[in-house]
Amino acid sequence: MTFSLKQKDKLMEREQIHKMLRDMLRARAFEERAAEEYSKGNFAGFLHLYPGEEAVAVGVIHAGEPSDYIVTTYREHVHALVRGTPSKSIMAELFGRKDGICKGMGGSMHLFDAERRFMGGYAIVGETYPIAIGIGYAILLRELPEAVICFFGDGAVNQGTFHESLNMAALWRLPVLFVCENNHYQIGTEIHRHSAVTDVYKRVEAYNIPAEKINGMDVLAVYNTAQRVLKQIRTGGGPYLLELETYRFRGHSMADPGTYRPVVEVHSFASQDPISIAAHELEFNYPTAEQIAKVGSDCITLLTEQAQQTGHLVDQDLVIMKNDIEKEINDAVKYALQSPPPSMSDCQSCFQMNRRSEILH
Amino acid sequence: MTEEIFYWQALNRALDIEMSKDSSVFTLGEDVGLFGGTYRVTEGLYSKYGEARVRDTPISENSFTGLGVGAAMTGMRPVVEIMTVNFALLALDAIINMAAKIPFMSGGQYAMPLVVRMPGGVARQLGAQHSQRLEHTLMNVPGLRIAVPTTPQDAFWQLSQAINSNDPIIILEHELLYFTKGTLDLKKQRLPMHRALIRRKGKHLTIISYSRHVLLCLQAAEQLAKQGIEAEIIDLRSLSPIDWETCAQSLQRTHRLLVVEEDCKFAGAGAEIVAQLTERCLFELDEAPVRVAGLDIPTPFNEQLEAASIPHVNEIAAAAKRFRLPA
Repeated sequence: MTFSLKQKDKLMEREQIHKMLRDMLRARAFEERAAEEYSKGNFAGFLHLYPGEEAVAVGVIHAGEPSDYIVTTYREHVHALVRGTPSKSIMAELFGRKDGICKGMGGSMHLFDAERRFMGGYAIVGETYPIAIGIGYAILLRELPEAVICFFGDGAVNQGTFHESLNMAALWRLPVLFVCENNHYQIGTEIHRHSAVTDVYKRVEAYNIPAEKINGMDVLAVYNTAQRVLKQIRTGGGPYLLELETYRFRGHSMADPGTYRPVVEVHSFASQDPISIAAHELEFNYPTAEQIAKVGSDCITLLTEQAQQTGHLVDQDLVIMKNDIEKEINDAVKYALQSPPPSMSDCQSCFQMNRRSEILH
Repeated sequence: MTEEIFYWQALNRALDIEMSKDSSVFTLGEDVGLFGGTYRVTEGLYSKYGEARVRDTPISENSFTGLGVGAAMTGMRPVVEIMTVNFALLALDAIINMAAKIPFMSGGQYAMPLVVRMPGGVARQLGAQHSQRLEHTLMNVPGLRIAVPTTPQDAFWQLSQAINSNDPIIILEHELLYFTKGTLDLKKQRLPMHRALIRRKGKHLTIISYSRHVLLCLQAAEQLAKQGIEAEIIDLRSLSPIDWETCAQSLQRTHRLLVVEEDCKFAGAGAEIVAQLTERCLFELDEAPVRVAGLDIPTPFNEQLEAASIPHVNEIAAAAKRFRLPA
């Protein structure tokens, strides 16, 4: 992807690239640290991590306005982080603590941040579509220039709600951007084994929804496309679908080492040269963070190179960024560790928060 | 200002009044718009409020109920009509996994001002797939509230109250009640939505029921009265939460408990009612509580078998007479 930003104000471009690179690095660092804390036993449950897919959340969410809504899945720490939820509030939620963004009632898979219109992480596959069209319907009734960004994975497109909701979105021209994070796997089942048609964007032709497929490893391509499409949507253009091809470097969750994926495949996404990697690897060896950082088509490496080539980034910038991020993530963990566990009465008050003096004893 | 109207008209009136008061109220479901609703509940609203606020949907129960959830998260007050409770089985993900969980999982960040209306119960020869009752499933879900209006007055009150509540509320309407008539008084002081109501005073036993079977219990009470047995009839009106106080106070007077429900007996609402009241009032009870309930079978199509699969008036009266009542 060549730069399409060339004509724009260079300073704006530089600032945007820096913001996105920073968020991608924050995302990677946050997730790797979460895995570490999980492995230490600081919290339990399901933990679905995002390394490899950062360009998707960062590119799309940066293209959104604060007035847009975001609906996403259970692999959503990064989406919240990029949206602006403080890393300490997310980390504390992962730890199940009182100062978590959901007071310890939601956990890793259920982050919500109403103030930032972050409408939730949903852990039943296929739930994001109905929520998104509902928010879209509310926008339609209120006649506001807003959009809903609805994330889902490639495995979620065979759930009935995909077809039900896309039909309604098209029927009523709802302002929803459907974003398929196609990482090629529904847990351990590869896309050609779960979908008769493996190009997700082609499947929505049936609903008259315009769609396109772009390289989900290239954050600038993702950002530029999402920005253009969201503008259309906010001004009454109707729903749109983006299929972003990406890859998760880790397994489905911390309970899944990802061993079902051929070594060649994992490394081909982490490297420009899969054959030489395959020749050196005889047994499954999950790429380390360092390895990922060094190789070609990792989205972070790609953006770093792009930014360096255009003179928008010097090594010193990167060092400063990484130091800041390391401190931020350390602070987030400290904050989480210091936060008390919520009590049963906190739990009850979350449960009954909306009741209007109608409790029966 | 009182008038005699049908149950469906009372629901229609409530919806109309709430929609006219608050532009965030809208309704959606299969055939609620142009067609006017399969039980006429939304009749006239499409022409009055337009297609955006009275939205005909495709046959996609899970997604259009979920649409209601998403809209409610932004502060709208959707009233979703699911054509029958049987189809609500396709929307349980939206109801149970979303509506009932989001306010809690978000740490209380979101209200869920969602109403889901659904007709159900055994009607007339609709077959096993269209004759179900779902209260047992929904009662077991923390976070949902369930209203079961019996009369037009309650239908009017409870739908209005549900629309104004910030909790997700399920309204279980009975298919055989839509064309029953009753008095609607728009000015009457409202009962709280969950409050049980003593429909008939009595001293010998307490009969607790809800929805259409309250009417059958009242008929049984007339029979019993002729034989000198005075049954107190409690209409629960709400299955979650349940107004235990009203029930317990009645038992302090009558000391005998009969629970009547149309739903299957096994693990049904009656099981919960008997268990809770036994725990609360064991030493008030002179005899073991009794349940009269639907048979634990899918509803047969044949007319006589269908009728025999749910409690009828004589059966309720007979169960009442089996208590060792004081001479």
